[in-house]
Amino acid sequence: MSELVAIALAPLAGFLLNGLLATRLVPRPYGHRFVTLVGCGLPILSFVLTLIAFGELRAGGYAPLSETVYTWIAIDGAPFEIAFWFDRLTAVMALIVTGVGSLIHVYSVGYMKDDEGYARYFAYLNLFLFFMLMLVLGRSLLVLFVGWEGVGLASYLLIGFWFADPEKAAAGKKAFIVNRIGDAGFLLGMFVLYTALGTLDMDRINAAFMATPGPAVSATLVGVLLFIGATGKSAQIPLYVWLPDAMAGPTPVSALIHAATMVTAGVYMVARMSGIYTHAEGASQLIAWVGVLTAFFAATIAVAQTDIKKVLAYSTVSQLGFMFLAAGVGAYGVAVFHLYTHAFFKACLFLGAGSVIHALSGEQDIRKMGGLARKIPITFVTFAIATAAIAGLPPLAGFFSKDEILWFAYASERGGSFWLLAIAALTALMTAFYMFRLLWLTFFGESRLDAHAAAHVHESPLSMTGVLVVLAVLSAIGGFLSIPHVLEPMLPLPGIIAQRSGAHLPIVIMSVALGLAGLLGAWWMFGGRAERAKAFGAKVAGVRRVLEGKYFVDELYDLLIGRPLLWISEHVFLRLGDRTLIDGTLNGLAGLAQRTAGVMGRLQTGHLHFYALLALAGLLGALAWGWHHG
Amino acid sequence: MDKTQALLYLALTLFALGLCGVVIRRNLLVMLMSMELMLNGVNLSLVTFANQMGAAEGAVLVFLIFVVATAEIAIAIPIVLLLARRRRTLDADAFVDLRG
Repeated sequence: MSELVAIALAPLAGFLLNGLLATRLVPRPYGHRFVTLVGCGLPILSFVLTLIAFGELRAGGYAPLSETVYTWIAIDGAPFEIAFWFDRLTAVMALIVTGVGSLIHVYSVGYMKDDEGYARYFAYLNLFLFFMLMLVLGRSLLVLFVGWEGVGLASYLLIGFWFADPEKAAAGKKAFIVNRIGDAGFLLGMFVLYTALGTLDMDRINAAFMATPGPAVSATLVGVLLFIGATGKSAQIPLYVWLPDAMAGPTPVSALIHAATMVTAGVYMVARMSGIYTHAEGASQLIAWVGVLTAFFAATIAVAQTDIKKVLAYSTVSQLGFMFLAAGVGAYGVAVFHLYTHAFFKACLFLGAGSVIHALSGEQDIRKMGGLARKIPITFVTFAIATAAIAGLPPLAGFFSKDEILWFAYASERGGSFWLLAIAALTALMTAFYMFRLLWLTFFGESRLDAHAAAHVHESPLSMTGVLVVLAVLSAIGGFLSIPHVLEPMLPLPGIIAQRSGAHLPIVIMSVALGLAGLLGAWWMFGGRAERAKAFGAKVAGVRRVLEGKYFVDELYDLLIGRPLLWISEHVFLRLGDRTLIDGTLNGLAGLAQRTAGVMGRLQTGHLHFYALLALAGLLGALAWGWHHG
Repeated sequence: MDKTQALLYLALTLFALGLCGVVIRRNLLVMLMSMELMLNGVNLSLVTFANQMGAAEGAVLVFLIFVVATAEIAIAIPIVLLLARRRRTLDADAFVDLRG
C-alpha cells in the first residue's frame, strides 16, 4: 500500500473510530481528548502523507503517480477500477484539502468544545475529508463521482448537524436535493462518455479528445452535461440556492465545505476534464457566461445582506463564478489559482466570522455588532487581511488570482471579450465594497451590541486564533506561489489575442483601482455617521428590497417547481394513484373475497350428514358426467 | 346372470347401503360401521374383478385397504369416544361448532 491509499484512508479511519466509539467514550474523562486526538491527528497525518507524495512526484520529474487498489466491477472485460492518480493538479488540490482541512479541524477543537455532539462532529468532518480526497485522487470519473456524492452526504449531515432545529434540518435537505438535480446531468455525461469511449479513466478520456480524429461524441454535449453537475456542487446559476442556506451548519463547516473545498469540486472537475472543454467551444462559452453572471448577481445580493455568514456565503458563490469564468475562457490553471487563494482567504474570513459569533455568544446580525476591533484584536487583524485579500489589494493573494482572471476574461483567444471583462470588473468593485462594508459594520463605529452580548465579549482561545493567524499569513503571501505556472505543463494557458496584448498593465491598474474604490466607497458610506447609509438605503428602497429578498429566486422556484410538484403529488399521486388506484384495487379485491366467503360460508352447516350428502351428490354428478361423455 | 355379475350387484348393494347409512343415520358409531360397509363393497368388487381377469393385483390391493381401514377405524373410534365423553351423546348433529 503506497501513501496514495493511506492519504484517503487516514480520515476514514478517523471517521470509523470516532463514529463507532464516540458515544461510549465521551462521558469518560479521557474521551474528549481521544476524540480530539483522532479527529485532528488523522487529517494532519493525511496532510503529511500528501507532502510525501508530492515530494515523490517532484523527484519523479512530475510523472503522474498511479495506483490501482482493486477492480470494482468488470463489464465485458472493461474493468472499473478503484484507482488513484496523483499529478500536478491532484497535488495542488490534495494539499489544499488536507492542509486547510487540518487547520479547520484544529480550529473546531475550540469552536465546538462545549457541544454535546463533539465526537459526532469530528466523525462527520473526517468522513467529509475522506470523500473529498476520493474525489480529488480518483483516476476514474466513477471514483470521482463516489467522492462527489460522498461529500454531498457529509455536507448534508453537517448542515443539519443541529438537526433538532427544523429550519437547519430543512437546509440540509435542500442542499442534498438541489445537488441531486445537478448530479443527474453529471451521470448522463458519464453515460455518454462511457458509451462513446468504453472507459471512465479521466486521463484516457482527455487523451481521446486530444487525439485526431477525436471520439465520435460531441464534446459540447458531454461538456454541458458535466457542467450541469458542477453548477449543483459549485453553486452556480441556476442551482446556487442551496449554498446560502447551508450556512445553518457550524461555522467551521461553512469554512471547510462551503467555501474552501467541496464547492470548488466543480471547478476542479472542469480543470481535470480540460481535454474535453478545450474542444467544446459552446460549453466553454456557457461556463464563462454562467460564471460571470453568477459572480455578478451573487455580489449584488451580498451587498444587501445583514447576516455575517450570508454575506460570506454569497461572496463564495460570487468567487466561484470568477473561477468558472477563468475555466470558461480556457485558463484552467488560473481557475485553480483562484481556487487556491480563495481557499485561504475565504476560510480565514469564515473562521474569523466564527470567532466573532463565538465572541458574541451566537449573534450573527451585523446590525447588532460594531466596534469590535479593540475587543477581539487578533480576529480583527486576520479578518482585515483576508478582506483586503478578497478585495484584490496588492500584494495579497486575491490580487494575483483575480487580476489573472480579469486579464484572461478580456484577452484569451478562447472566448475572451470586453463584456466578460466589464461585468467581472464591476463584480470586483462590488466585492471590495461589500467586504469592506462587512468589515466596517462588524469591527468599527459605535458598538450596537445587546447588553447581554456586550458583557461576554472575549477573544477566542489559542486553537482558534492560531489557525486564523496561519490562514491570514497564507492569504497574504499565498499569491506569490504562481499556481498557473506550476500547472502549465499540464494545463497550458490559452493564447492571447494579439491586438489586446498591451492591455495587461491597464487591467492590473484597473484591478487595484477597483479594490481601492470599493474600500473608499464602503468607508464613505459606513465609516461616517450611520445616517448616511440609512438615507442612501431609503433612496433606493425598491432596489434594496429586491436585493435583501435575494431577487426572490427561492420564492420563484417554489412557485414554478415546488408548488406544482406538491399539487401533482397531492392530487395525482396521492389521491388518484395511491388512494384510488392502489388502495382501491386492494380493498376491492379484499371486499370481493369477503363477500364471496359470506355466501360460500353458508354451505358450512357443520352437519356431517349434509357434507356426506354433498359428497354423494358430487359422486353421482361425476358418474353422470362420465356416463354422458364416456 | 352369471356369478361375476351377481357379485358385482352384491358389491353395489353393500356400497349403496353403506352410503345410505352414512347419509341417513345420526349415530356416529353406526356411521362408522356404514363406512366399513362401503369399503367392503369396494373390496368385494376388487376381488370379483381380480377373479374375472385372472390377475392377483386386485386381490392384493384388498389387503392394503384392510390395513388402511383398520388404521382409520383405530383413530376414528377413540375420536368418537372422546366426543361422546364430552357431550354425553353420539348424535352427529350435536357437533356443529364449525358452522359457517
